[in-house]
Amino acid sequence: MAEQRLQVFIEGVMHYFRHTSDKDVKVGTPYLVENDAPLSFDVTGIIGITGACQGCVYFTAPRIMLRHLLLSLGEPDTSADNMFDLVGEVANTISGNARREFGKDFMISVPLVLEGAPEQVRLPKGVRSFVIPVYWKAYSAAMVICLAGGGQAG
Amino acid sequence: MFRLMVVDDSNIIRRKIQRCTAGEQFELVGTAANGAEALARYDEWLPDVVTMDLTMPEMDGIQCIEKLIERDPDLRILVVSALSDKATGIDALQKGAQGFLCKPFSEEQLAEALTELTEDVYG
Repeated sequence: MAEQRLQVFIEGVMHYFRHTSDKDVKVGTPYLVENDAPLSFDVTGIIGITGACQGCVYFTAPRIMLRHLLLSLGEPDTSADNMFDLVGEVANTISGNARREFGKDFMISVPLVLEGAPEQVRLPKGVRSFVIPVYWKAYSAAMVICLAGGGQAG
Repeated sequence: MFRLMVVDDSNIIRRKIQRCTAGEQFELVGTAANGAEALARYDEWLPDVVTMDLTMPEMDGIQCIEKLIERDPDLRILVVSALSDKATGIDALQKGAQGFLCKPFSEEQLAEALTELTEDVYG
């Protein structure tokens, strides 16, 4: 994956968290992982990607961070349903914003939300994923990019 | 007062728009989680203003905009979506939406976009 394409998602993460009331987000150095051992925290929102690129993009975070993030967005209801909704919305927003660079052919699905152990996240074989560590307040989460194929910014 | 319908598959976005529009200018008449639900409830709610997500299950926002405009060509539709490419924005406007607000958005940005959408009434 071209560095320029990865940068689009890093900027997307920064842009999303700057819209919270606790704007102090930091992004760690991205790194590659094999898809037979995908990274995930408690709850994961996955967006399928088709068109110019194929694969998926997901945001994964611990429940406690999602609870705090809901409050930071002004949402007082921190139920499990809203946490699942939020993790999907974060993934959807960052993926959708990437179309500013990649164009309309970067086609995104509605979010699929998974809860639980990392082995529930199954990624395409033969493609490695980039993990973008996300640090917000005292919490760690990650944006994971697993894409094959071209794209305007690639 | 404008009758407002909010269409978005995210509950937290529907609730955010509901909180941001609470006041004297808008009366929330209903919320829908996708385009099909919005169309099914349209005759019951008869909104003047709609906020419309684009990426939704069952029926997406572009299809819903087309069908809503067929029913009411004067309906004011603000697209509220993460899809930030120029082509999608143009497509939504050509189908009948009058404004486009990109997610993530602040309360102030939503208020400004809705004011632009309705300013010909308030002058």
